Amino acid sequence: MRALIAQTSMELRLTLRSGEGLLVTLVIPPALLVFFAALGIAPSGYDRPIDFLLPSMLALAVMSIGLVSLGIRTAYERHYGVLKRLGATPLGRGRLLGAKILAVLAIEVVQALILVLVGVSFGWRPSGSIVLAFLTMLVGTATFASLGLFIAGTFRAETTLALANGLYLLLILLGGIAWPVERLPGPLAIIGLALPSNALASALRQTLTPSPGWPITQLGALLLWTLLILALARRTFRWE
Amino acid sequence: MTVPNTVPTALAPEPVDHAIVVENLVKRYSGRPVVDGLSFTIRRGELFALLGPNGAGKTTTIEILEGYRRPDSGTVRVLGLDPWHNSDALRPRIGVMLQSGGIYPAATPREMLQLFASFYPDPQDPQELLHLVGLEEVSHIRYRYLSGGQQRRLALALALVGKPELLFLDEPTTGMDPQARRLTWSLIEDLKRRGITILLTTHFLEEAERLADRVAIIDHGHLIALATPRELMQYEAEHVTVTAIRDLDVTALARLPSVQAVRALGDGRYALETGRPMELLVELTRWAYEHGILLTEIRVGYQSLEEVFLRLTGNEIRE
Repeated sequence: MRALIAQTSMELRLTLRSGEGLLVTLVIPPALLVFFAALGIAPSGYDRPIDFLLPSMLALAVMSIGLVSLGIRTAYERHYGVLKRLGATPLGRGRLLGAKILAVLAIEVVQALILVLVGVSFGWRPSGSIVLAFLTMLVGTATFASLGLFIAGTFRAETTLALANGLYLLLILLGGIAWPVERLPGPLAIIGLALPSNALASALRQTLTPSPGWPITQLGALLLWTLLILALARRTFRWE
Repeated sequence: MTVPNTVPTALAPEPVDHAIVVENLVKRYSGRPVVDGLSFTIRRGELFALLGPNGAGKTTTIEILEGYRRPDSGTVRVLGLDPWHNSDALRPRIGVMLQSGGIYPAATPREMLQLFASFYPDPQDPQELLHLVGLEEVSHIRYRYLSGGQQRRLALALALVGKPELLFLDEPTTGMDPQARRLTWSLIEDLKRRGITILLTTHFLEEAERLADRVAIIDHGHLIALATPRELMQYEAEHVTVTAIRDLDVTALARLPSVQAVRALGDGRYALETGRPMELLVELTRWAYEHGILLTEIRVGYQSLEEVFLRLTGNEIRE
């Protein structure tokens, strides 16, 4: 337990110590939220932009910490032999992964608080099922943390850097984060629908409405993505 | 090993005085054997140096002993345990210093030591360790800004946090300046005095000469020599080196009855091969006296492990 806590605290400090990590996790999602909310363009079907944007940016926060920050940091830890060295201590791989997940969840709490505060300042009022939203965030975290770790354990650090950032941008544009996928032109809409970011953002929207429901389809899609990524990671992940 | 023939080796209790037992170890990478039938034992409390040219199989061997890799065949016991299958039981009892890296570039020495201290049941105090390896003054500097020697000393301190019974030191002093190297050597000698078993690999033969109780030289995954540094150096009495203040006549040297071969090494140094070293010394000094030549140095056997190594492997130890 002492080892898990110490490792989690180290993971947290290292995340917050890296300028890029801080930028992508704590600056970009609120900044985009402010930017789009200030523009005031609401996609059709949404009364106010913030009703579309806040769930989007919560999803983006999960992607930022799981895919980009965790992925890139872990890739460099692998590159520098840290994962290998920790493997020779009594910490063990299970607790190392556990610490990484705990650190991700802790950052997400901070991210969500900031985003909700920004949302409130743009007129958003808490509505819907907080419990369902929380559950959805957990499932989304599993998906994107798996994706980040899969890339980190499979590709070289430089490749991971490019791949994680590239995917991040792609998912923002085509994955239902900056704009609803239904409003994308023809084939892009179909691609967008299948992307995990869209499943996460749309599930969050469904839970944060005045009449929330279980986002069964989206949660199913996220779980499928997670299983697929984990199956791939099982074959390709290298600790050193 | 003193195991009665009637008892299967696998069931025999491990002799208590052995920290490491390696028998017929084989490891292949994509079919090519990197470690090929290696056997040796390391006694408890011993400092054992593993030497060999690059690609000889040193690091692969160490990584099998540390539990990182699974042997293809052969038996390996570390503190009586199978390092692959019992790694959970082994890890708290060993300290590992990898050849490079292994530390978060953005973490400080103090943070790293405190983190590692949390992994072990009875850790050594991080502050004491910082003092021990001389990193107190840089304890708040991030790893990536430390000098190469300071980085190696932090890696050594991290290997010691768990108060290990057995230490693996893979090239511990590479990248250190001479002063830091000497500090590290006396540190290692101190660990040895405290009864810790140490397996060391090094590029510095002087290091093995000074520290090791026994030296194993491996090449192409085979053991080619295993003895104390002194034995290795004195082993080859039929090798005599002569130094004179002026150039010598090589054909005249070759005519001495006991000389089998002569080779000029440059700078007035000559290597002589002989089957009868005692006779050679008499002939050599008489010949020099008769010709009015002052020999400034005559040496029987090798002066350094470096020469033994070169002779045995045909390779320089460094890249």
